[in-house]
Amino acid sequence: MKKVFQLLVDNNSGVLSRISGLFSRRGYNIDSITAGTTSNPKYTRITIVASGDEDILEQIEKQVGKLIDVRAIWELEADSSVYRELILIKVRAGENERQSIVAVTDIFRAKIIDVDKDSMIIELTGNQSKIDAFLDLLGGYEILEIARTGIAGLRRGTDGVVRLG
Amino acid sequence: MLGADAIARCLLEENVKVVFGYPGVAICPFFNSMLSVDIERVLVRTEQNAAHMASGYARISGKVGVCVATSGPGATNLITGIATAYADSIPLVCITGQVDSRQLGSDVFQEADITGAAESFVKYSYLVKNAEDIPRIMKEAFHIASTGRKGPVLIDVPIDVQNKPIGKFSYPSDVSLRTYKPTVKGHAVQIKKVIKAISRAERPIICVGGGVHLSNASKEVCDFAHKYGIPVVSTLMGISVMSTNDPLYFGMVGNNGKVYANRAMNEADLIIMIGARVADRAISQPDLITENKVLIHIDVDPAEIGKNVGPHIPLVGDIKAIFEDMAGHDLECNCSDWVDLLSEYKADAPVRKAPRDGYVDPALFIGVLSNKLKDDAIYVADVGQNQMWSCSYHIVKHGRFLTSGGMGTMGYSIPAAIGARAADKDRQIVAVCGDGSFQMSMMELATMQQHKLPVKIIVFNNGYLGLVREYQYNTYKAHYSVVDLTGSPDLSKLSEAYNVPFYRLSDMKDASGVLDDFLKDNRPGLMEVMIDPMDTVK
Repeated sequence: MKKVFQLLVDNNSGVLSRISGLFSRRGYNIDSITAGTTSNPKYTRITIVASGDEDILEQIEKQVGKLIDVRAIWELEADSSVYRELILIKVRAGENERQSIVAVTDIFRAKIIDVDKDSMIIELTGNQSKIDAFLDLLGGYEILEIARTGIAGLRRGTDGVVRLG
Repeated sequence: MLGADAIARCLLEENVKVVFGYPGVAICPFFNSMLSVDIERVLVRTEQNAAHMASGYARISGKVGVCVATSGPGATNLITGIATAYADSIPLVCITGQVDSRQLGSDVFQEADITGAAESFVKYSYLVKNAEDIPRIMKEAFHIASTGRKGPVLIDVPIDVQNKPIGKFSYPSDVSLRTYKPTVKGHAVQIKKVIKAISRAERPIICVGGGVHLSNASKEVCDFAHKYGIPVVSTLMGISVMSTNDPLYFGMVGNNGKVYANRAMNEADLIIMIGARVADRAISQPDLITENKVLIHIDVDPAEIGKNVGPHIPLVGDIKAIFEDMAGHDLECNCSDWVDLLSEYKADAPVRKAPRDGYVDPALFIGVLSNKLKDDAIYVADVGQNQMWSCSYHIVKHGRFLTSGGMGTMGYSIPAAIGARAADKDRQIVAVCGDGSFQMSMMELATMQQHKLPVKIIVFNNGYLGLVREYQYNTYKAHYSVVDLTGSPDLSKLSEAYNVPFYRLSDMKDASGVLDDFLKDNRPGLMEVMIDPMDTVK
């Protein structure tokens, strides 16, 4: 199973390596990790998607929570959170494919951000199921390169907002 | 005042009495500043042992041990000692010199990324970039090392930061690590559940680990066991929580433990694990200890709970605080039949077969040694067969038993014993090692002499790396590979070279007399005990 964890950490040098090092040395699986500063530059918000069984996921939360730089860690539950990921897809698009790719792109409200004579780059933002569905539809075309950011997320509403001074 | 002066001042503020270390250019500003403070400086002979000495010091003093090394190889040599302390949750502050901060990352002479290299063995680490941060960092480091689940903290200080003038020195009175707040008091609801579970149990057993020592809670835990007559077993690190002579004590558990201790764990209907990790050497099949029984797990580190075994009743907090709380509750527990049964198991324990002529039986020897030691003696066992014999046959009265449990670091005993001596100049201290582990730290005989930190060293000489030889005998049909210690020095000459009184024992019938001589005074001593090369632990 997968879980999405959110962390607020001190924006110290080496904090990302402390977290990723913990995952590698304890053999935890990390599906994606995203990080960026918060409105307060002292802190960084990190979203981690981890996979493992229930016991492993519990250990991940405890062991990551033990790191001194980690101010707070909590789970972003699917039903009370929003997740978004950005993906860039470079797909082969000669004259024959171009129109149909544009049509699929429109349906998903994705954007074509670069067009070359025989390829184009599509940008899509969404939750993972939307991105997966889009990739599925593009399956009939030749995908040349993909870059995904991994998910960022937030809890809905004002309950459970973690504020650090 | 320079950054280096500030570090020395912080050590004074933390009431540090001794630092163990080895200099090099990158840490010279610090050692120069140490000339103007009243803190003993012990020069070790290799950096790893500075960490082990700080460890022995910490375990006996109950304070944070401090070790210091220079950049590059000095720092990397410390790593095994840091990892050893980390595995046993020993509080250390390790200070390393570093190259000029403007040259960091350019591979200059004696540069090593020590905070990166030691990352997985420290509770936290700092690379100091601004001299002004030194007081805050030192305060935090001592706080982090000595609270919650204790452990080593590394502070890496570039030489230019040590040499930088700082403004007014002020040592913070508090630390502001808002989210680092280890739980001390046990949760009241959980404590009630524990009390209830014990009241219901017919065959309860308490299993104590090293966490009981770290929390300084031996008395509270033993008082609790005595009050309700609950039998006690221990892990390797939990030895000496309870006197081995206590009628309620049933030995060490695990694959090198007592058969009756493991039986007690298996047949119990309630296990109370206290400050123990449920690690592989103690509990080889964690699922078995929750089968048909209730498991209570008490630990200061919430991440230990459920890591190796899922307890029915977790209780997070400082063990001493928890047992002070528990003493205020009433519970009923009548398990004298169960204790009688365990006593029968204990009485039926198999007796070791006698060794061949011309050799000393380590079991008998340790028995005689234990009886001659003072009641509060500190016994430091090294790693290998000597350790397994020590944990099986040493009779602890009110003293302490120290060893490297988690990491199993050979060569630990001599430096740890010297560190223990620095913490307590009056107690009797014996280090027991094998001829392999002795040669990993024998250079520290010089440290012991130079700094007048005498300890009694016993070397079990069997000419082999005995525990590995035993393993190769059992696993590889006695095809021995790289375990023969031929070429070892003549210990009588070595003792003479270091000016340490020497004793040799090759016949058990002389044991009493030789030991009387060996132990009679407070001077250092080295005793060689001839063990059958083919003798085994099991």
